Amino acid sequence: MIGLENVSYGYGDGELLSGITLDLSPGSFHFLTGPSGSGKTTFLKLCYMELVPTAGHVRAFGRDVREMDRDDIARARRRIGIVHQDCQFLDHLSIAENIALPLAVGGRAGPDDAENLDALLGWVGLGNRAGALPPELSGGERQRAALARAVIMSPDVILADEPTGNVDWEMSKRLLSLLAELNRMGKAILVATHDLNLIRAAKTKVNARVLRISDRRLQLAGADL
Amino acid sequence: MVPPTGFTAQLTVFSAAAMAFLAVFALALSLAAGRLADRWTSELARSATVRISAPQGQIEAQTRAALGVLQTTPGIASVRVLDKDEQQALLTPWIGQGLPLDVLPLPQLIEVVGDETGYDSEGLRQRLAAEAPGARLDDHARWREPLVRAAGRLRDLGLLSILLITLTTAAMIVLAAHAALAANAQVIRVLRLIGAQDSFIVHAFVRRFTARAVAGATLGTGLGMLAVLLLPDAPETAGGLAAGIGFRGWGWLWPLAVPLLAGFVAFWATRLAALRSLKELS
Ligand SMILES: Nc1ncnc2c1ncn2[C@@H]1O[C@H](COP(=O)(O)OP(=O)(O)O)[C@@H](O)[C@H]1O
Ligand SMILES: [Mg+2]
Repeated sequence: MIGLENVSYGYGDGELLSGITLDLSPGSFHFLTGPSGSGKTTFLKLCYMELVPTAGHVRAFGRDVREMDRDDIARARRRIGIVHQDCQFLDHLSIAENIALPLAVGGRAGPDDAENLDALLGWVGLGNRAGALPPELSGGERQRAALARAVIMSPDVILADEPTGNVDWEMSKRLLSLLAELNRMGKAILVATHDLNLIRAAKTKVNARVLRISDRRLQLAGADL
Repeated sequence: MVPPTGFTAQLTVFSAAAMAFLAVFALALSLAAGRLADRWTSELARSATVRISAPQGQIEAQTRAALGVLQTTPGIASVRVLDKDEQQALLTPWIGQGLPLDVLPLPQLIEVVGDETGYDSEGLRQRLAAEAPGARLDDHARWREPLVRAAGRLRDLGLLSILLITLTTAAMIVLAAHAALAANAQVIRVLRLIGAQDSFIVHAFVRRFTARAVAGATLGTGLGMLAVLLLPDAPETAGGLAAGIGFRGWGWLWPLAVPLLAGFVAFWATRLAALRSLKELS
């Protein structure tokens, strides 16, 4: 669904990523690791088309990103759920409104929304925080809310950037099981993290491939984890 | 979608209201000047004077000849020879009472009133010259034309003011929209990331600015109409233009177009500003 073919990217001086090839197919589960500053977030931005590769091709749902206009990219993003490192909420809207925002934006708001939203809020354990504003939530609550917003459009692909960044271990495991549940529903999942414990814990739940960015390239990490 | 911004919103509403207020006055001025120009053109064009100066003995004959010409000229509704008393009444303000007008060699005046279609002054002049050499047609053209020109110019200036007010409103709204878009760059970024097309974001801003402009302009138009309504009455004859400022009958519908125009301008100004800055933003 999202495919990278020999992709390179650099912010200006020299390449940060080079020669990367990867296919995110339905039902796949990938972890992306690497030290801080190695380019994990940059990699995800290439996947959700915020960045255009300096070399190689990124294809989203069969189309080369270079040939897509702004509206094409907007429509493609509705099929990609993104959990950002810093969540990216609209702070003047309640959590429930933030989670439902992709529906409004995509012109898909409908009569069943309230019910679905309640179910979704329950699923991420935020049933009693629906009316709160994002800044009033804890880091873990925000990241669960971000996950809820990422899946409300029932996307084909879910990209999560350090979703357990500022969350305690119990909460990390809960987020992981939510992602595993989505993966069993056939979604392609890519989680960027430098939390090796999380990856180890995941191995018991899903069949995940672990990729590592090292020396600008993408490598399949061994079984040593 | 876009967070409310109290102060700048109020500024937009205020500016729209002020511009609408000014537009109502410019409109009232234009309409009044237009009416004045029309009136001077039509009323004055219809009334003219024929003055017959000739040696005492010929006046009567030439007057008769001139009347003959006038009565057979198409476009003239009525012709009337002024009698001595009327002529005296006309002269009194200028030369005072008590002068023995009887002994002065006064020219004979004939009042001419044209009908709706009007008459050909040049043709009439030539025929008068042939039939009554002492007759001079004065159709007030000499002093009428500059007045009509001035009134017409005043009307054009009023219309130009409305155009300038419209453009200023557009500029003001473009600036306000730019400021709002810049202030909400993060909101726009988030909306883009969750799949919002430009049209969705533009719509959110356009709706907001159009609503503010229409609200402000409605307020300003209302106040402007009230101010025009409350202008003190001056007698039409004395005041000329000043007395004529205001709306007449159906003319009161004109200012109602001001909020519509403001909404139209705000819609397009915001739309173009937003589309352009979205392209620059990401
Ligand atoms: N917008 C940017 N402009 C220039 N350099 C950037 C930009 N974003 C990230 N970088 C640099 O690219 C490198 C990789 O960043 P990032 O992809 O965020 O890494 P990670 O997510 O693995 O920590 C870092 O050195 C960072 O400073
Ligand atoms: Mg990062």
